[in-house]
Amino acid sequence: MARSRFVGDKGLTARMTLVMFLLGGLFVGLIAILIAILPPTWAPFIGVIGLGLVWFQWYQSDTVAMKAMGAREVSREQAPELHDMIERLCALADMPKPRVGIADTDLPNAFATGRSPNRSVVVVTTGILRRLDAEELEGVLAHELSHVAHRDVLVMTVASSAGIIAAMLSRGAQWGAIFGGGRRESNGAPTWVVVLVISLVTYVVSFLLLKLLSRYRELSADRAGAYLTMKPHALASALQKITGEMNQIPDRDLRASQAMNAFFIAPAVRGVSLRTLTSTHPTLEQRLEQLARIQAELGRPT
Amino acid sequence: MGLWDVITGRSRPKPAKLDMLFAVPTAAITLETTLGLRPTGSGSVCYRAAAGAAFQQTQDEVVALLDADPGAPPVQVTRDEFGFTWLLNQHDPADVSGLCTDLHAVNTALESQGFGPGLLCSLVPFVDDTGRRVGLVYLYKQATFYPFAPRPGADRVRDNMLEIQVRDALTGELPIEQDLGRWLAVWGAPGL
Repeated sequence: MARSRFVGDKGLTARMTLVMFLLGGLFVGLIAILIAILPPTWAPFIGVIGLGLVWFQWYQSDTVAMKAMGAREVSREQAPELHDMIERLCALADMPKPRVGIADTDLPNAFATGRSPNRSVVVVTTGILRRLDAEELEGVLAHELSHVAHRDVLVMTVASSAGIIAAMLSRGAQWGAIFGGGRRESNGAPTWVVVLVISLVTYVVSFLLLKLLSRYRELSADRAGAYLTMKPHALASALQKITGEMNQIPDRDLRASQAMNAFFIAPAVRGVSLRTLTSTHPTLEQRLEQLARIQAELGRPT
Repeated sequence: MGLWDVITGRSRPKPAKLDMLFAVPTAAITLETTLGLRPTGSGSVCYRAAAGAAFQQTQDEVVALLDADPGAPPVQVTRDEFGFTWLLNQHDPADVSGLCTDLHAVNTALESQGFGPGLLCSLVPFVDDTGRRVGLVYLYKQATFYPFAPRPGADRVRDNMLEIQVRDALTGELPIEQDLGRWLAVWGAPGL
């Protein structure tokens, strides 16, 4: 019987499942309340539009994200080393090879996006290519490929559906305030006030839960990436380099990138990323600690 | 990955499939009779060396085991530009099944220590009378084979005609990788 050096992380799995369960509950709760307080003809209408938005965001994730980052797809001739590296990792992980993109920005970053493993794209910036050596870059690419394998864009989009519908509703309720005026229930506040309050509360709760989920997905991708390359220390040193470099990057670049990230209601961009976005990413300490544990397990003599 | 794995964000390392390697000896006979390609007697295993003492220890044991064969030249261990290790094993060209047994020994040793997911591919080179070389590459994760033929004298150009010929000759005999995108170019592979 061959031994396995893969150790699961039950705590992480449990926390992640709990967060997803809460997000699902939030979605169901929001819909239930809407059906209860809104005129019956409205509920299906809102449901269809909301789910359409969610679907569109997921379906278009690759093209939208690449445009927002100013990334272009590169062919094998333009970036042979990058293609070779990704091909080997995909052969090792037994997954289809994603398309490869490069974004011309000095910000050291990388992200993977796309609606399914068969139609995904892994993008690296010129900044990260210049700063990392081959081993570290491979660690980062393995992390991004793990996001693809885990279908993180799909998971995050579905998880954010309650938030998307809530955002849509609060906008709709503001319209109701302007045009609907003083139409009242038999007693209590006008319907639009109730809808506005509920949707704002839902939005805030869903926002916080999403950030939590995003951090757990990052840790998962770190784990899977480290097991794929079998070099946890390479990813660790890449993370240290990236977060260390971030402090020296001019403000202009940081703002540009933040604006782009805010473009998504759900973070359709998944990436090894900046300290300034630690809300979507775990702290460097947490990530290094996990990588050190994997390293210890891989290196344990029999 | 199943639905539950997606939800929990957990992909396990993919185990390697080893047994297909033993189909190589019959394929070698087919290649010799149809295309005049003969085995060179060498064969190599390409894997990702894990960081840490455990892997080094395992690899040392494997090399010692293969070198214990008095007739064979010593095993060569090289590292390529992508950080993968190639372990080249020399054997009597007439004894392809012996070579496969040796390669299999490397695989099982790595697997039994938990390093099976690090196996990338295995390569058995063939050569014909005009000096054309082609490597029969086995992908451990997909359990499929594909030919890789560098054109002699040219810099990183593949001889696609020869590769297609080899594929057609071996179809039905070996599981051939259908997705051409997975036919990794392994430039500078030892023994090729």
